[in-house]
Amino acid sequence: MELKDKLLSSFLAFEENVDMHSDIHEVRSRAIKDFEEMGFPTKKQEAWKYTSLNKVLKHDYTVFPKKEDTIDYRDVEKYFIDDIDTYKIVFIDGIYASHLSATTHEKIDACLMSSALNNSKYKPIIDNYFNTVAPKESLTSLNTAFSREGAFIHIPKNTMADKPIQVINFSTGNESALLVQPRNLIVVGENSHVQIIERHQSLTDHPVLTNSVTEIYADKRAIVDYYKIQNDNHQASLIDNTFIEQHRESNCSVHTFSFGGNLTRNNLNFYQKGERIDSTLKGITVIGGKQHVDHNTLVHHTEPNCESHQDYKGVFAESSTGVFNGKIIVNKEAQKTNAFQANNNILLDDKATINSKPQLEIFADDVKCSHGCTIGQLDDDALFYLRSRGIPLKEARALLMYAFANNVLESVKIPELKARITKIIALKLGVNVGYSL
Amino acid sequence: MLKIKNLHAKVEGLKILKGIDLEINAGEVHAIMGPNGSGKSTLSSVIAGKEEYEVTRGEIVFEGEELTEFDAEERAHKGVFLSFQYPVEIPGVTVTNFMRTVINANRKAKGMEDMPANEMLKMIREKSELLEIDRKFLSRSLNEGFSGGEKKRNEIFQMAMLEPKLAILDETDSGLDIDALRIVANGVNKLKKPDNATLVITHYQRLLDYIIPDFVHVMLDGKIVKSGGKELAYELEEKGYDWIKEEVGA
Repeated sequence: MELKDKLLSSFLAFEENVDMHSDIHEVRSRAIKDFEEMGFPTKKQEAWKYTSLNKVLKHDYTVFPKKEDTIDYRDVEKYFIDDIDTYKIVFIDGIYASHLSATTHEKIDACLMSSALNNSKYKPIIDNYFNTVAPKESLTSLNTAFSREGAFIHIPKNTMADKPIQVINFSTGNESALLVQPRNLIVVGENSHVQIIERHQSLTDHPVLTNSVTEIYADKRAIVDYYKIQNDNHQASLIDNTFIEQHRESNCSVHTFSFGGNLTRNNLNFYQKGERIDSTLKGITVIGGKQHVDHNTLVHHTEPNCESHQDYKGVFAESSTGVFNGKIIVNKEAQKTNAFQANNNILLDDKATINSKPQLEIFADDVKCSHGCTIGQLDDDALFYLRSRGIPLKEARALLMYAFANNVLESVKIPELKARITKIIALKLGVNVGYSL
Repeated sequence: MLKIKNLHAKVEGLKILKGIDLEINAGEVHAIMGPNGSGKSTLSSVIAGKEEYEVTRGEIVFEGEELTEFDAEERAHKGVFLSFQYPVEIPGVTVTNFMRTVINANRKAKGMEDMPANEMLKMIREKSELLEIDRKFLSRSLNEGFSGGEKKRNEIFQMAMLEPKLAILDETDSGLDIDALRIVANGVNKLKKPDNATLVITHYQRLLDYIIPDFVHVMLDGKIVKSGGKELAYELEEKGYDWIKEEVGA
């Protein structure tokens, strides 16, 4: 059976498993119909021209994982940023793992989507925000149809979350290929602030496909910093759909660090709905082998005096492929918009590929929009400089790649996270990190 | 220490060096002067081992070994140092960490262990004082956003850390104000020892007021056409290069 048909027939069984009478029953039912109509995206669609899901979709995925509770904290400790105190919302195969988590309801809510969906206390938030930021789109609708679990984070107004929140999705696929669809909702009230670190990590060699949807609502003057660590093993694929709605004077940033995984597709959309909003989208991709990472971004400016900053860097070795498709829309009303976009890439081998495509749709006449894309090799003069100091060629190359990617890290506000990412990059590139670079 | 004989080199198919002869002994300071495009910087890059520059004839013998047999990093390990006219920016790597990487790469090449951290810090502190470099500077990304003077000071700081046998200073005075020039020259002079040598490559006589050369060579169109003592530099400053062109019939 085709995966699409299998999913459609699984939906009824899924609905029986969860609460048929929950408020989002109708949302789910509508979403499965939308998915049925749209199906999986194909390369014929402009936004999927350079990324084919064919191979990833050929596995016989199950959407009903068995509960896996043999995993001990010590087994997975290394996947946490454990040198700082954080809240933790942890899932194994899409099921909440309480023994690995540290949730809270004091001052802020950092807990489970399933409990938010079933608790009348959260009904107003679910009614107001759930599935309101996410657009109707095939993979997002598929996620909505099967949405039941994920992180639920609510920061009431005038509140600063006292520590970062880690949202970690482990997968084991302990029986067979597994499709997991986390659904996160993050609502940040006026003048409030939160930092979130998200990670998807497979613990076995079974094929895993994660189709994740995260909705973020940032109210007036809210500050949201979101960090995505994508360093999964090479059997795991990830489709990450993150949608952010920002209101007046809010400031949101998403950093995406892509080092692992088989196929990774990041759909990252920012919708600005107010004046003087600041949006930041940054990414570092360092891949090799046959890995594929696709960044598909959208920033929609609808009101005046807003800014957006995009800076994506990629280092592609062997026969890896990268895609950057960055769309900026500036509405007629959005005068004095400043929108910047940069995508710089280094190809290390003849077989490595990058497809970089900026798309600017500007309807206002008084704006500053710039975009730049470079694809190159390492600079010979820089290599000579390092070698003339006695650094061997291989290390000199690694050091230059490290320096190339590293400036994206400057805007990371959690020093321990920055140190961790630095270390992963250095390891990926074979730079000696006996000390902090 | 260094013997260059009949050296010819090409850059992108163009003949730049057309028969250079130069001998530098330990303890000496040599200066090469010449107008733009005479091949001065090419000569320094060829000695340091830039791969894109092709040696077509002649030899560069350093301490009895033919240098052209070795890669740039191996030449560095043997004690050749080039202070760049345009040092490269390396964002994300601090001056201190760059120095650690460099020192340990050189030690590794000699079969030595990494330098212990406390020893390294002590050495960095000592050498940075020599160049009047303050501590904040050491934690900045290498050359990124540095002024012209800071870049050159940093080059000489690296030289101080590496203590090369042969230091080639390529246009080290360009872009320096008088204070930076004094500091840089002072650093170079303090590093001078009986067993090392310095080759200063410059446009102007100005730097040679501070770093006094034992020999001055004039380079024109890929050849050394005249050599003399330090007074030659003053003569060039006063009269320009045209009289030499006439004298050698170029």
